[in-house]
Amino acid sequence: MTGRISSFQSLGTLDGPGVRFVAFLQGCDLACGCCHNPETRGLTGGQEFTPAELLERVKRFKEYFGDTGGLTLSGGEPLLQPEFVAEVFALCKNEGINTCLDTAGVPLTESVRAALEVTDRVLLDIKYTNDEDYIKYAGCSISRPLEFLEYLKEREIPVTLRQVIIPTLNDSRENVLRLAAIRDEHKNVDKIELLPFKKLCATKYEALGIKFPFGHLPTPTAETMAELSALL
Amino acid sequence: MTHENWAGFVGGAWQDAIDVRDFIQKNYKEYKGDHSFLAGPTQRTRHLMGKLEKLFALEREYGGVLDIDTVTVSSLVSYAPGYIDKDNELIVGMQTNRPLKRGVNPFGGIRMARSACEAYGYKLSDKVEEEFKFRTTHNDGVFRAYTEEMRKARKSHVITGLPDGYGRGRIIGDYRRVALYGVDRLIAAKKADKAAVGAGNINMEQVRLSEELFQQITFLNLMKEMAKMYGYDISGPAKDTREAIQWTYFAYLAAIKEQNGAAMSLGRVSTFFDIYIERDIAAGTLTEEGAQELIDDFVMKLRIARHLRTPEYNELFGGDPMWITEAVGGMGEDGRTLVTKSSFRILNTLYTLGSSPEPNLTILWSKALPEGFKKYCAKVSVDTDSIQYENDDLMRPLYGDDYAIACCVSAMKVGKQMQFFGARCNLAKLLLITLNGGFDADSDIAIGPEMPVMDDEILDYDKVMARFDTYLEWLCNLYVNTMNVIHYMHDKYAYEKTQMALHDTDVHRFMAFGVAGMSVIADSLSAIKYAKVRPIRNEAGYIVDFKTEGEFPKYGNDDDRVDLIARDMAHRVITELRKTPTYRDAEHTLSVLTITSNVSYGKNTGATPDGRPAKAAFAPGANPMHNREENGALASLNSVAKISYDDCRDGISNTFSITPQALGRDYDERVNNLTAILDGYFAKSAHHINVNVLNRETLIKAYEDPTAYPNLTIRVSGYAVNFHKLSREQQKEVISRTFHESI
Repeated sequence: MTGRISSFQSLGTLDGPGVRFVAFLQGCDLACGCCHNPETRGLTGGQEFTPAELLERVKRFKEYFGDTGGLTLSGGEPLLQPEFVAEVFALCKNEGINTCLDTAGVPLTESVRAALEVTDRVLLDIKYTNDEDYIKYAGCSISRPLEFLEYLKEREIPVTLRQVIIPTLNDSRENVLRLAAIRDEHKNVDKIELLPFKKLCATKYEALGIKFPFGHLPTPTAETMAELSALL
Repeated sequence: MTHENWAGFVGGAWQDAIDVRDFIQKNYKEYKGDHSFLAGPTQRTRHLMGKLEKLFALEREYGGVLDIDTVTVSSLVSYAPGYIDKDNELIVGMQTNRPLKRGVNPFGGIRMARSACEAYGYKLSDKVEEEFKFRTTHNDGVFRAYTEEMRKARKSHVITGLPDGYGRGRIIGDYRRVALYGVDRLIAAKKADKAAVGAGNINMEQVRLSEELFQQITFLNLMKEMAKMYGYDISGPAKDTREAIQWTYFAYLAAIKEQNGAAMSLGRVSTFFDIYIERDIAAGTLTEEGAQELIDDFVMKLRIARHLRTPEYNELFGGDPMWITEAVGGMGEDGRTLVTKSSFRILNTLYTLGSSPEPNLTILWSKALPEGFKKYCAKVSVDTDSIQYENDDLMRPLYGDDYAIACCVSAMKVGKQMQFFGARCNLAKLLLITLNGGFDADSDIAIGPEMPVMDDEILDYDKVMARFDTYLEWLCNLYVNTMNVIHYMHDKYAYEKTQMALHDTDVHRFMAFGVAGMSVIADSLSAIKYAKVRPIRNEAGYIVDFKTEGEFPKYGNDDDRVDLIARDMAHRVITELRKTPTYRDAEHTLSVLTITSNVSYGKNTGATPDGRPAKAAFAPGANPMHNREENGALASLNSVAKISYDDCRDGISNTFSITPQALGRDYDERVNNLTAILDGYFAKSAHHINVNVLNRETLIKAYEDPTAYPNLTIRVSGYAVNFHKLSREQQKEVISRTFHESI
């Protein structure tokens, strides 16, 4: 078995606790206008690795992980390759390497459940807090991440909820309070991270020759981010 | 032997022989807590520092040099006492009679002294010119003995930065000895050594040693005289903290009055001072505030130490550095940490006095260091970009637990080992000379074994390497021989009398060689091996450029295919160097360190097969070439960690810049993550790292408006500088370096 990997970041400090090796898996079935890794969308790009090959790479960084760090699989949507995730994470667990999954939530197939069995933490990206926006800007119903979250609660898997704050779309107090309400209903959610929408990826879109859907929107101010974070 | 000023100390071997380590081991108190006990600056400290800041501003306005005494030759007692503010200083002593006034030191070479004066609008006085007319300087001596080939190697820049016209430095006196024993005891010990030299058959070695001991004793007496000018009698041991710091400082001051060596490092004094501080605090004669105040005052003195340099010198060693390197922390051989409260106190000066490149605070990092200290160091890095880290777990097994760092990365046992500094050779240029069969197309100089220019249409790795070996063998032999000439003459005409008086007479010597352009040669050989490199020749038939087609692995991505080329290169060089015997049987060592000479080395080196254009700067030290890292910061660190310290006992320097945002979301995360990164990097057996936590934009702003950032301190290559003190070229190079960013 192989997985398709778009790129690596050997020093990840923003995707999960501590110092992490991050592998960005290829492929995504959403179409978020704010996506900052557009190159990972297609299912066919990237480079193929076997789980053992990836593990070998991760192990080179084990000394840096300390007590909290480890491997994060991000994407793309890593759970479009659930068997690969499950296998890589299982290998990591054997090596005592902490596993973290950066996902937007997918339908709960058997192999997805198997992958979650070897996941120490999920960074769950909740794009919006209402179904209308979800369908309009992400291309799926909000029930998909919520059902996923329900399952994580049932399995008692720790979760960090994440949301990219995009001015005019979800930068309202109401939205953030709804996000807080989701947290309160799930005792396995111990953290919410609000991430400012950034446009550094504009060059990637240019290089790919595709339109950056939210390229025309402003980035949130530091004040807005502070105000919204204070609500949590 | 005992002394009333030792009352309260645990006795031991240190009483009967000169053995500072034994004194430390028997008396120091490890500290495993956090930094919450630290005191801030006193009113007096603020007042004094305020005065210095005004002087620093004035020095900047005057183009970097405030004043020069062109009449007096620098020595221990040649200047009247100088003060910042006599009544308010707790620790006294100045290089000349006024702060920031530079003295002239022509012993290394009169030409350097002359042109340095001229560069700042002064003229070396007729008096000094007259005095040195009939005196041989180190520089005179070297050029009397240099061979034609040595001169050519220098001129072509395949070996440069050699200490043949200035003080070699890199020698650390054990300045603590003066505080612990007093000068008289040290003189007595040296006299006994001298008597022993004359006891057997006398050969050339012994005549030299005997004369050196005579000079050492003379200068120990001069040190006493110098202290007396400031109202102190340092013939006996220091009686309290203030005296311990003052005596130690006098010893250091004597060294920098006598010598203008490139790096005049301090050693490892903070835990030594801590023993006196603990004793005084226990006796109720000192408070925490008072202890910090004394350290602050001492550090202020170090911050105003200066030497007079020429602009050419500044190209190699940019930013007016002194390398007053102080090694902090580390572990003891018995498993106790050598971290004391004073390890925190000396770092705290970066807050009480503000951030600063000097002294060059160097953390000896061990996995076993107390957590509180690790976090504090990381915090200091995040806040100030002023400190560097070296791997104690790697060095302690070789140097014991009382070693220090000279310059940037050169470890040696304090008072027991010294080194002959030897700058570096240019590996990238050597590769070009190899391809051109003994011709340096950059300087139009024929040098090295003569062979035909390589005529392959596409370079063949094995053929290149076979030929490279021949040229490396030639260069290494020439390099050792050149160093032998230099250090023979330095010993003869500019011997470090004060510093060597603070060493054991039976001293171990290293001869420290270096390489520049490590990442350039690694990537170039990788290109030849994995891509297609087509040489481009000029009309005369020499290779002057390359067309490289296809992908090749690049150093800095944790890719063994190229990283092992770099590792192997270091091994080849030291192996070749060892084949030529050294002056005074010194032990050959090697560093991968460039200071800021990576810019000037690059400037003198043509285009290379890795795609680097002619004249472009090299990456500093063992760093990967700028912006060739594709897998993030840790992959880059892993590549550097593969170069073996066994091959490079004189150090492997890596300078690492990361934006705060990439290090973590908030302050605590950044501190914790940096701690984890340091633990990881050193667990990989890496040797050294400079850490900068800053945004490129800050540097660009400082580049555009230097006056707005007078105190911006950054680590460049084994040391820190005030950014504004770098040349424009050096600033641009620093800005162009890789900044590990978040996306």
